[in-house]
Amino acid sequence: MIRTLIELTKIDGVSGDEEQVRKYIEERVEKYGLEHMTDTIGNLIVRAGENSGNLKVMLAAHMDEVGLIINHITDDGKLKFAAVGGFDTRILTGQHVRIGDSKIPGVIGYKSIHLQEKKERESAVKLKDLYIDIGAKDREDAEKYIKLGDFAAFSSEPVFFGKNRLKAKALDDRAGCAVLLELVKEKWPFELYACFTVQEEVGLRGATVAAKRVAPDIAVVIEGTTCADVPEVSGHEISTEIGKGPALTFIDRTAIADSILLRHFESTAKKESIPFQWKQTVSGGNDAGKIQVSGSGVRVIAVSVPCRYIHSPVSVLDIYDLENTKELVKKALLTLPLVFDGRQKND
Amino acid sequence: MRTDTLLEQLCKINAIAGFEASASNEIKEIFGRYCDKVWVDTFYNVIGYKKGSSKNGKKIMITAHYDQIGLIVTGYEKNGFLRVSNLGGVDTKALLAREVTVHGKKDVFGVIGAKPPHLLSGDEMKKNVKLTDLFIDTGLPDEELKETVAVGDPVSINSQFVRMVNGCAAGRNLDNRCGVAACVLALEKLKNIEHENDVYVIATVQEEAGLIGAISSSYNIEPDIAVVIDVCHGDMPEADKASTFTLGKGVPVGVGPAFNKNVTQQLLKLADQEGIPTQLCVEAGDPGTEAWAIQVSGMGIAVVEVCIPLRYMHTGAELVNLEDVDTAAALVSKFAAGRTVRLSKEDADDTDTD
Repeated sequence: MIRTLIELTKIDGVSGDEEQVRKYIEERVEKYGLEHMTDTIGNLIVRAGENSGNLKVMLAAHMDEVGLIINHITDDGKLKFAAVGGFDTRILTGQHVRIGDSKIPGVIGYKSIHLQEKKERESAVKLKDLYIDIGAKDREDAEKYIKLGDFAAFSSEPVFFGKNRLKAKALDDRAGCAVLLELVKEKWPFELYACFTVQEEVGLRGATVAAKRVAPDIAVVIEGTTCADVPEVSGHEISTEIGKGPALTFIDRTAIADSILLRHFESTAKKESIPFQWKQTVSGGNDAGKIQVSGSGVRVIAVSVPCRYIHSPVSVLDIYDLENTKELVKKALLTLPLVFDGRQKND
Repeated sequence: MRTDTLLEQLCKINAIAGFEASASNEIKEIFGRYCDKVWVDTFYNVIGYKKGSSKNGKKIMITAHYDQIGLIVTGYEKNGFLRVSNLGGVDTKALLAREVTVHGKKDVFGVIGAKPPHLLSGDEMKKNVKLTDLFIDTGLPDEELKETVAVGDPVSINSQFVRMVNGCAAGRNLDNRCGVAACVLALEKLKNIEHENDVYVIATVQEEAGLIGAISSSYNIEPDIAVVIDVCHGDMPEADKASTFTLGKGVPVGVGPAFNKNVTQQLLKLADQEGIPTQLCVEAGDPGTEAWAIQVSGMGIAVVEVCIPLRYMHTGAELVNLEDVDTAAALVSKFAAGRTVRLSKEDADDTDTD
């Protein structure tokens, strides 16, 4: 699974431009001999499991990552851009990016510290003052390589470091994609659809339509989530802690978890001695928010891999957290019919 | 040697100001390919010597600093984190979400973190992050970290070297490995030219910490003339035009009180004769380069400066046009090999009758 994740983080897939990620996943599920389809918006929906009971489960992980989109080329050949998805724009100055299908290398520029006035040194650079420099002489030169609407992704290679840590870009949510790619290989005693969704970072767009198509009884969203167990942060603000197992969310800004599911996942973790933790801040949100209110309503739960420095080129996870996330979801799902059979439709 | 390959090799080297020892051998090896003699002095300045063919030749010193800006470990935080201070003029704007290598007993990978944005107030988000708010996440258990990394260990900021369109390249340490590359390329050219002048090409240390290497080098070599090769600011949209220079439009040559007027004029004339385009880099006083220290070394040294325009200085995304490195090397090698270098009117008479 970790090798799959490494490969997935090397692929660029900014929201709205997930094709390469989808291609990779498609090839994998083809190999597993699974039935799959890609819908209009670009979600990849993979069918696994048997149509034996009256339980239909949806797993969701999003393929897209935060990044940039080119919206203007200046006369002197610099590329202006907008942020795709929400992230801390203070990280942008001096980052390396890859632009468009030909992966043109560029750097995000701002005038050197030596030339900044005191006030400029003390304040964060505004997004509108930044630009990408590809080395082009002028607009005409830049237009040979770049067109408006091209996406730019952070250029960051995966690295193992410290004790069991992986640094990479796009861990949110290639981590979830890697877990799903493992789970679809299992034998499931119910109908299961693994949905690799698009455009989560710009408003849970993909999940909105995927949930309608699948019309599940239950959905499990697998995510990368904020982890702030770092200096300067204390108490409940740490949200999750790295290396302490998958995080269960009881509430975030988009959804309140189904309490039966939540207790089932909690008791499964305890019974199977899988470490887990509660996400302690009511921040962030994910596909669960849209899936929950789809059709006549879906029971949802989000299981997350804690990621430090999420939405940055250097996000970090613990490889055992990833492994334990897969284990917890797998074990909890296998016993799901015992909890829900005959109940979910009218309860 | 291909400029991009050479520059890529040089940029990978870690030589944080004051911690150049481990890097000096690699520079020595590269210089050694083209020199009669090469040595490393007590400060870890690397000196390549090419003997001149005439005893009437001048002693010419060419310097380019090979140290880089970086960070230094100042303390530990629980759970594998380190606190750091800066070595040289680090731009904290370009530190958030970067990768580093902590040079402890062995190299330790880390990422630079800070309090996450969703826990910051709107006002805090508008401010530039301070170095004291940042930390390095090594992912190591505390005991192992303390065994491996000591307070005072240097930290280098990682970044990739990328080849860009239009003959440009971007990455870290281009300030001033571009200068070092120009030195190597100049040496390569000088290898096949008979020249009268004794030439000392020096990769100097600790420029970023106060021109330390230049001071000791000029004292040791006592040259007649010094040529400093360093980067200057490239053209950036929001920067003052008078302080920046267009990439690929000629070699910026320093003019102003720091530079010997007479020798600078000869350098510019030579460039003109050789068809090498130049730009004038006007410095009203301290140019912020080694020229300032060398000028007043010993009894005084005639200094000229040759620059390479570079954008986004002191970040991991410094950007240059490789052609500018080549032209700087061409100009410097012609100048060093030239018979026309004169220090004064009297000196000119000497050489003319030679």
